[in-house]
Amino acid sequence: MKEIILIKNGELALKGLNRSSFEDMMIKNMRHRLSSLGAFRYEKSQSTITVIPEDENIDLDEAVSRLLKVFGIAALSRAAVCEKDIDVIRNTALEYLGEALSEVRTFKVEAKRADKKFPFTSPQICEEIGGWLLEHTPGLRVDVHNPDLTVTVEVREKSAFIRGNQLHGAGGMPVGSGGNACLLISGGIDSPVAGWMMAKRGVRLNAVHFASPPYTSELAEKKVHELLGKVSEYAGRIRLFTVSFTELQEAIRDYCPEEMFTITMRRFMMQIAGAIAIRENCGALITGESLGQVASQTLHALGCTDECAPLPVFRPCIGMDKNEIVEISRKIDTFEISIRPYEDCCTVFTPKHPRTRATVELARQAEYKIENREELIQRAIDSAVLKIIG
Amino acid sequence: MEVYLDNSATTKVCPEAINAMTQMLSEQYGNPSSTHKKGIEAREALDTARKRVAGILSCTPEEIYFTTSGTAANNTAVFGTVEALRRRGNRIVTTSIEHPSILRCMQSLEAKGFEVVYLKPAANGSISAEELTNAVNRNTILVSIMAVNNEIGVINPVSLAAKAIKRTGSPALLHCDAVQAFGKLPLRPGKDGIDLMSVSAHKVHGPKGVGALYIRKGVQIKPYLLGGGQENGMFSGTENMPGIVGFGAACAAMPDLAKQLEKTTSLRNYSLEKLKRLPNVEINSAPDSLPYIINLSVPGIPSEVLINFLSQQEIYISAGSACKRGHRSEVLRAIGLSPARIDSAVRISFSRFSTDADAQALIDGIENAIRRFRR
Repeated sequence: MKEIILIKNGELALKGLNRSSFEDMMIKNMRHRLSSLGAFRYEKSQSTITVIPEDENIDLDEAVSRLLKVFGIAALSRAAVCEKDIDVIRNTALEYLGEALSEVRTFKVEAKRADKKFPFTSPQICEEIGGWLLEHTPGLRVDVHNPDLTVTVEVREKSAFIRGNQLHGAGGMPVGSGGNACLLISGGIDSPVAGWMMAKRGVRLNAVHFASPPYTSELAEKKVHELLGKVSEYAGRIRLFTVSFTELQEAIRDYCPEEMFTITMRRFMMQIAGAIAIRENCGALITGESLGQVASQTLHALGCTDECAPLPVFRPCIGMDKNEIVEISRKIDTFEISIRPYEDCCTVFTPKHPRTRATVELARQAEYKIENREELIQRAIDSAVLKIIG
Repeated sequence: MEVYLDNSATTKVCPEAINAMTQMLSEQYGNPSSTHKKGIEAREALDTARKRVAGILSCTPEEIYFTTSGTAANNTAVFGTVEALRRRGNRIVTTSIEHPSILRCMQSLEAKGFEVVYLKPAANGSISAEELTNAVNRNTILVSIMAVNNEIGVINPVSLAAKAIKRTGSPALLHCDAVQAFGKLPLRPGKDGIDLMSVSAHKVHGPKGVGALYIRKGVQIKPYLLGGGQENGMFSGTENMPGIVGFGAACAAMPDLAKQLEKTTSLRNYSLEKLKRLPNVEINSAPDSLPYIINLSVPGIPSEVLINFLSQQEIYISAGSACKRGHRSEVLRAIGLSPARIDSAVRISFSRFSTDADAQALIDGIENAIRRFRR
């Protein structure tokens, strides 16, 4: 039996003149995600994209689970394709959905007839197919209002499609439709979630990670690679820049007042990530900050770090509670990686009593204590090593 | 030059073991349970390996049961004993500093209602003989104590437990986790009154994935892995032949342990002398501990930073206490170290392949670290 995947795009259908180019973007993303499974053909028609495997041996279970992570897809379903003959449709429906029907109590059949020359009207199709399925499935009942399983029969120009219930897609907008942005990723729980949330809105991700060897270990970097690997299942290819941050952190420790360590560090991070982001054609920075979560994430502190950012800073977790962030991180499978206990750059030289009500003036003074900061920042930018994830 | 001084974590496989294993993988690949020539050949290789391991423990080959790891040997010893003796008592004596493969078993037994007594290390890091003797009573069914502590190398008075068991007339079996001591100290479980002893291949230049449990002749414990009845029914599952043969070869390649102990002692003393000259290096291991392990602290440089720094120069050692952040080692606390000293503790562990040059490279590395990080 020939099987295909039907994709419903959500929000995209509402877009006007950009719709076609957004759809093309989504198809390109699907292509990238499915390419390792074999060859597929993609057909656009109205609000549906049809994904057709070119080879019967392609693993469609895996294809579906990958497509469930492609942003822009509102819903998807697998469908059997058959000849436009009522007997063939009946038999195919039973063969294709018989097992699923035997596991539910109620069902209904819906029919759509794009080919108006087909000798049966939609209600007639429902009756024919529904009657057949009912007859061949012991214990099954019809419920037109609230069925456990809806069997949909679509009679199209060339063939008929038969499908069961739809699956919810990842929603959002196709990655790439929202431009490029640069995620500051530490290895904690929040930043991968922040990246995922922005990718959901169509942003293509770049990432900057700050490594401070030997204060931080190679394992911390490996952890970031794995985290971004999980995010890239949704966000597609991610370009990661790993910046060598040791020198600057030591300079902060040596010259700045202890209570300002973290804020000064974050100001430098914004400057370095900002410069890399601009170089890489990004239009924004993304962080996992959540208001009030730690001392460097108070309103005052965020004001101090924002001042240094040359681009808008997106903080999608800003209004979320920790448990809400954790919930997403579990869903996208990053939580277990995030909680591995390696030191990251944010926990090196942590002050005992960080200042929570810092002012921009104090932050500037702290930063200016490091006389060769421009040089150190430039060196950090130049130290960035690129790794492609996904 | 790579300097590997983390031999208590694992060791490099010796050439003798590699050769023997390669042969098992490519030629003598038979299943020792098969009755044809290929199987008989494998059976013979299995018997030879068993003899070789038995040789190191001065026991008979029949007393050696191959397992898949030190952990598997420990689990079998604990659960197997408890299963066999549960009607005769309810008390188990162990220490609070055992390997997780003992401690986690004990926790599970506690949950099932057994009374588990955890002896604490005394000020020298060792288990006190007196406490050990007092902890054993007539209701005791198992005493499990490690031979050598893996963090500071202190040697425990395991054989004293045998006397205590005898005196109280308890039915207890005495188990010893000798993973860190095997191949380093001469061990004679038979003579020392030890009923069960766990050892592992990969700490003695053998491969990973194979260990052994010594079970004294006449001692009955229950297997916890059931199946085809391999290893005399104690450890079912087709034998890991390349691993077992590699283990045997590694045992055969061991030099005389007493002589090697002497050589390692002088390597240790040489290192200590130089280390003591560095500013602010504090030695945590006692002079009478196993010379294969030196535990030291450089207060002011967190363990992790020193390890990462040395790792950048291909010098490999490990944290003084293999513990998670915010959870300080019990042994290091017991011997009275300050928090600053515990947080900066590292463990250097030698093997018979360690040289003066390795020690010198390490000492230079630590000296550089002190120059770089101490303030």
